[in-house]
Amino acid sequence: MRQTFLKNREKRPLQKQGHKSVTMYSGMYGGRRHGRRAGSVKTRLIVFGLLAAFLLLGSVFSAQLAPYDPDLQNLEIARAAPSAAHLLGTDRFGRDMLSRVIAGSRASIFSTLLLVAVITVIGTLIGVFCGWNGKRADAVLMRISDIFLAFPGLVFAMAVAGVLGGGLHNAIVALAAISWPKYARIARSQTLAQRESAYLKAAKLAGSSTTKIIFKHLLPNIIGPILVTSMLDIGTMMMELAGLSFLGLGAKPPTAEWGSMMSDARSLMTTAPWVAFSPGAAIFLSVMVFNLLGDTIRDYADPRSRDF
Amino acid sequence: MQDNNKGPVLEVRDLTKIYKRRGQDTVTAVDGVSFSLHPGECLGIIGESGSGKTTLVNMIARLTDPDRGQILLKGREITRLRGRDLRSVYAEMQMVFQQPADSFDPRRTLGDGIGESLRNNGWSAAAAREESGKLLEQCGLPAGFAERWPHEVSGGQCQRAAIARALAIRPSILLCDEATSALDVTIQQEILDLLGTLRRQMGAGFSILFICHDIALVQQFCDRVLVMYQGKIVEEGIPDAVIRKPSHPYTRRLIDSIL
Amino acid sequence: MTDLLKYEQAEISYRGRPAVRDVSFTLRQGEILGIVGESGSGKSTLIRAAMGLLGPSGAVTGGDILYKGKSLPALSPEELRRINGPELGMIFQNAGASFCPIRKVGAQLYESVAAHEKVSRHDFTEQAVDLLQKIGFTDGRRILNSYPFELSGGMQQRVGIAAAMLLKPSVLLADEPTSALDVFVQKQVVEEMLLLHRTFGTSIILVTHNIGLVGAMADNVLVLKDGHAVEYGRTQQVLQSPENAYTKQLMAAVPRLKRATG
Repeated sequence: MRQTFLKNREKRPLQKQGHKSVTMYSGMYGGRRHGRRAGSVKTRLIVFGLLAAFLLLGSVFSAQLAPYDPDLQNLEIARAAPSAAHLLGTDRFGRDMLSRVIAGSRASIFSTLLLVAVITVIGTLIGVFCGWNGKRADAVLMRISDIFLAFPGLVFAMAVAGVLGGGLHNAIVALAAISWPKYARIARSQTLAQRESAYLKAAKLAGSSTTKIIFKHLLPNIIGPILVTSMLDIGTMMMELAGLSFLGLGAKPPTAEWGSMMSDARSLMTTAPWVAFSPGAAIFLSVMVFNLLGDTIRDYADPRSRDF
Repeated sequence: MQDNNKGPVLEVRDLTKIYKRRGQDTVTAVDGVSFSLHPGECLGIIGESGSGKTTLVNMIARLTDPDRGQILLKGREITRLRGRDLRSVYAEMQMVFQQPADSFDPRRTLGDGIGESLRNNGWSAAAAREESGKLLEQCGLPAGFAERWPHEVSGGQCQRAAIARALAIRPSILLCDEATSALDVTIQQEILDLLGTLRRQMGAGFSILFICHDIALVQQFCDRVLVMYQGKIVEEGIPDAVIRKPSHPYTRRLIDSIL
Repeated sequence: MTDLLKYEQAEISYRGRPAVRDVSFTLRQGEILGIVGESGSGKSTLIRAAMGLLGPSGAVTGGDILYKGKSLPALSPEELRRINGPELGMIFQNAGASFCPIRKVGAQLYESVAAHEKVSRHDFTEQAVDLLQKIGFTDGRRILNSYPFELSGGMQQRVGIAAAMLLKPSVLLADEPTSALDVFVQKQVVEEMLLLHRTFGTSIILVTHNIGLVGAMADNVLVLKDGHAVEYGRTQQVLQSPENAYTKQLMAAVPRLKRATG
């Protein structure tokens, strides 16, 4: 009954809304429209991929790209407004802001990627282990991850950074400690969903060892959604890392890092706003590029958005 | 191990599997099942969904651990084997699954799946690849299918490839778990013809345990049949005889329900 | 005997690619027509086209489908909605999945009936219990008060049939109605459909790959292969002495239980 009438009631408006040109006798078919959509995802992928690659390259070659030594102080030109010589001005020690922003990309972007890579690998391995073995180890590890998930993230990271002391490395450790459970959960649920699959049983019957089954067959089949999550996490982690640095729990001066640079510039907001503006803009743009890239990769990985 | 001609290739004694779910009654999926599979024999197991036949075959293939009972492969107990010892069991016993497409890793080619058991047993990648082609031809597919992906072939072709994979290591027992149920009838017939040909080629060195819900198919294909109901074997015999004179009320009802 | 549903050289396509070509048949009042074929033969497409259930990428691209002389593909969605249900009813392979899981069966059945005719809740309940009783549910009220998950797969399928029958359609389109069921339940479902057929004179189109089911129910059979009708005739004739080469192959492949002695 539901099937008879409701299907019709639901299907019809759908035809009208989403597929305006399709009528019963229409010569226009869904394929083209879907093709165009897939094209746009691809275009976005290329654009944001290139932008992200550009940021990444910039952070790798930051030493070569910076016009001045980012740590070179020159009190004579302290708090200079942007000019031809110093495109983004200078800070209160007279350091060139452009050079510092470029140099800061190493600490900000590079450490973020490292952090995301670490939590992805650790979280996935724990999740697969739990999902595959089940029983007690699973219960214990998942309760531990519950505990981590229950903490307000930044507060916990502050506590860890406080205990271990400041510094970029400790900030990364702190953020890794609160971020792995998300990956463990995804990997675990994916593993549980795949564990009873016939192809894994077939691999067992082919005489493959458990390690081989997991790394050769299971992981390639569950890694998609995990990688998408890590892509989406790059932006978030960049913000949190900058946030910790801003609070003085991340990068230590004189290391150029966008978060700590903003923190430095707080007192100059009224007198020399460009000092706060450039690292802020750098964070904003990088986070946006990586978030949009993550979104695009998620769309691309989801076959429903690619083809009908 | 060498005692092939005498005694069963596979013997199951009092095999039992109990599922305990929190907040629910325990379910005895398989309840004290015993039977033997003889060399060269094709033994059918029929039953409705929920009768426990899939749990039974999963226990025999050591994919599920039994709660009680013994499984003997050519006289050697394999019920509790693990690791390397268990892997040696799979050189004697292979399985064909119900959903052919699901039984191949979607991210690997058919040839890769077929050759996996060979590579695990010391074959070089090149030799395994060549053998995969030969096995595919033996199962009625061109050797070039080794390069195809599981989603690129039809259900029937995929099941042929799955049989090729099962045969790669030259097992003496083939477990077929509803191996033809997901296929169209004409394709089902082709697969049965293929299995029949393989049986004739290999004679007493090759036995089949054929799990199926279609009693007509079992009558056509099997030498002997076991009827499973609520986890127990309620009837055993030559298919024609069982169908003509079922002794258990369940079997009678089952046969009467066939359209 | 009047012609109820008529396919005239129907061509049905998905995204411009024909899935069914040049299929013609006629369903008369009180007739049971079996449509058999293997996966990909276009048998489901054929009856979905009549209900307008082809989805956004499918369309009738040639010929016509006539219900009592009216062209179904030419109807507006609103007109089609009025016909679907009271005139053309449909049973799906997994009726259970088409029930909303969090609402009681009775409420859902009432909703679909009320969408087509003015009926009080009380009258509806009486009708429904009566119909459920006819198809072998002694305690219809309990069924109506159940959530879908409280019924077994077989019961859901039978309630799905009852649901389609509540509006007393003149044609019942059944798409693999028993394929997901065990043989016991299959037999019950067959008997119910036959009972409804006898009681209300409903015409049925039975789409299935199960030749046994067609043999037990259908007056006429249409055999489809790759979107073409390869054979169309009386059930007994097609099943026992097929003329087409494919039909012969199909019939030979069907495992049949040999009950006879000897």
